[in-house]
Amino acid sequence: MASLTLYPDDERLTGGTRAAFNLYIITAVALFVLMMLDGLTMRMSQAKWLNVPPDLFYQLLSMHGAGMVGTMALVTTAVMWFFLRKYVHLHLWAFVANYVLFMLGAVCIIVSIFVGGYGALWTFLYPLPVHGTGLWTGDWSALFLVGYLLIGVGSLLFYLDAAAAIIKVHGNLGRALGLQWLFGGTIDQNHPKTVVASTMVIIANSLGILAGAVVLVMSLVNIFYPEVVLNALVAKNLIYWFGHMYINATIYMGVIAVYELLPRYTRKPYPISRPFLWSWAVSTVFVIVVFPHHLLMDFAQPRWLAIIGQVVSWGAGFPVFLVTAYGALTNLYRSNIRWTMPSRLMVLAVFGWAAGIVPAILDGTIRNNLVMHNTQWVPGHFHFYLLLGVLAMALALMFHVIGSRVNEPPNSRMDKAGFPLYLFGGLIFVFAFLDAGHLSVPRRMAEHLDAWTFTDKLGSIGAILVVLAMLYFAIRITTGLLKSPAPGGARVGVPDAAG
Amino acid sequence: MTLQDVIWTIALVGMGLVALGFIHVIIQAGKPADDAASRKSAHTAHVLQAWLFAILFVGFVAGSWATLRHFPIPPQHRDLDVKQVVDVVGRQWSWQMTPASVKAGSPVEFRVRSDDVNHGFALYAPDGRIVTQTQAMPGFTNKLVYTFAEPGTYVVQCLEYCGLGHGPMKTTLEVVAAQGE
Repeated sequence: MASLTLYPDDERLTGGTRAAFNLYIITAVALFVLMMLDGLTMRMSQAKWLNVPPDLFYQLLSMHGAGMVGTMALVTTAVMWFFLRKYVHLHLWAFVANYVLFMLGAVCIIVSIFVGGYGALWTFLYPLPVHGTGLWTGDWSALFLVGYLLIGVGSLLFYLDAAAAIIKVHGNLGRALGLQWLFGGTIDQNHPKTVVASTMVIIANSLGILAGAVVLVMSLVNIFYPEVVLNALVAKNLIYWFGHMYINATIYMGVIAVYELLPRYTRKPYPISRPFLWSWAVSTVFVIVVFPHHLLMDFAQPRWLAIIGQVVSWGAGFPVFLVTAYGALTNLYRSNIRWTMPSRLMVLAVFGWAAGIVPAILDGTIRNNLVMHNTQWVPGHFHFYLLLGVLAMALALMFHVIGSRVNEPPNSRMDKAGFPLYLFGGLIFVFAFLDAGHLSVPRRMAEHLDAWTFTDKLGSIGAILVVLAMLYFAIRITTGLLKSPAPGGARVGVPDAAG
Repeated sequence: MTLQDVIWTIALVGMGLVALGFIHVIIQAGKPADDAASRKSAHTAHVLQAWLFAILFVGFVAGSWATLRHFPIPPQHRDLDVKQVVDVVGRQWSWQMTPASVKAGSPVEFRVRSDDVNHGFALYAPDGRIVTQTQAMPGFTNKLVYTFAEPGTYVVQCLEYCGLGHGPMKTTLEVVAAQGE
């Protein structure tokens, strides 16, 4: 069972581990601020408060999509690494190699967009990358795709190292997932939830990345040998298998922070249970096969795939509501918790995930998708659980870590002001998207009708609040991480500093 | 009430219930519990969890049955025996529709394809709401069947990003009243 000590000795960051972790986190918070400014620019342009020409708008949209998904993956990889290294032996070189490959990939993506004019979005939907109609050429698309390949190789390296380390300790990935306890037997209460979640991510996301690698290579072949024509439906399936899996994995990596930290802040054990193991086993399968819900409007898709897309989208709500959200609330209930930044952010994160799933499930219903697909309902629901869910999970760990120097979770007056700014700004921002979807406003469109600008303006106001909060968080976290650690590291063995 | 209004209402109720659950627990979170109270609340939590599972499961089964019983997408590989047929071709960045006028009150089959990249064929009613859509994908023809209840000028808007001219990629479809109305 996870330790209830707020800052246990085995999590202490020293030397190379501290440098690597700081590199990940400082890069991530800086990128989050930049990508949020990018998004704000687009929302203000749709609101007609700024005049962004369409070609630049779609470049910004390509950057925002690729940048946010990549940065979410980067920061949640750091979350997974931070906790998993306590239970298995991870090689620092693999963690650092992932960072280096990510940065190289990011450079390729940025150059292809802002030098080459690439504007086929983060989804590089075949055959748009070779139909730039004068705005970009296939060569720049190729550079963008190579950037993805580099990032994917980095992720795979990290996962392979983690998989090898987990197998070394637990024998195989099935045992690490706890499959041996699904139907009976006494569950080892020391079996770490972090290992269960990490194993799920390794299995599912490795498959997703491999699907991505296949379609990336196919697309590259098509760019340089146009006579090799791809099947657009197969390409789209592979793209969404990869894309959905990659961004979904960030939730499952991020939630590790909640499993590990919440019981320390509530000072209540958060035991592993059979429903927990079932939920992760089921989620492993669900998350791999749920991607067809992105292709519900592709009627040429076999009917059984569309049905899988809907049924699994609905089923995916069970583990989230019944186990993760319910378990977190049970742990929180009458715990006499003292609210600090990490605890606030963790509760927000679980709420953001659980509430954001409601509009997602509705959109994953074929009948509803006929009127909601590719409207702003879609960014409404995914921003709900990414902004108010996953990012909040990562921020919880960041605030927790910067408190390690004084063995006290951060809770300054500015923190207390920043949190509601982020919360209410985020809610205004996502509800503006959802309402726009309800009103049939298209997503991914530079030119908006006057009738649509009310929700654009509302969304812009929400985004401004979020950017202000994130800017403060970024400065606070960066300065906190760069302060030299307390002599000898954090004090050890203090049972509780949260009470 | 449009389908969008129904979805919006269900979403607000669902998210509201989640929020109420969180608010209830957050209010209680600051209170300490002794051992007896902890045991009691743990027992209550298990019972509630079982009920929640049962409610969600019933909703899952009933909802799946209700929404999939009549599959919302027409069969793609056989003749649909629909009298009004409109051929639709999307290309960067225009729509070609033949014919561009249909009658209300009887089904219309749209055969939608693309000459170049992926497009989204969305039909907007005169009130500005989407009534139905499908994708236009190169190499495939998607068959969409829709019966217009009301005559009027409907807007066809591309709903799948397809490059610089994606936003302005639109045309109109005239839906006229059926004879005798």
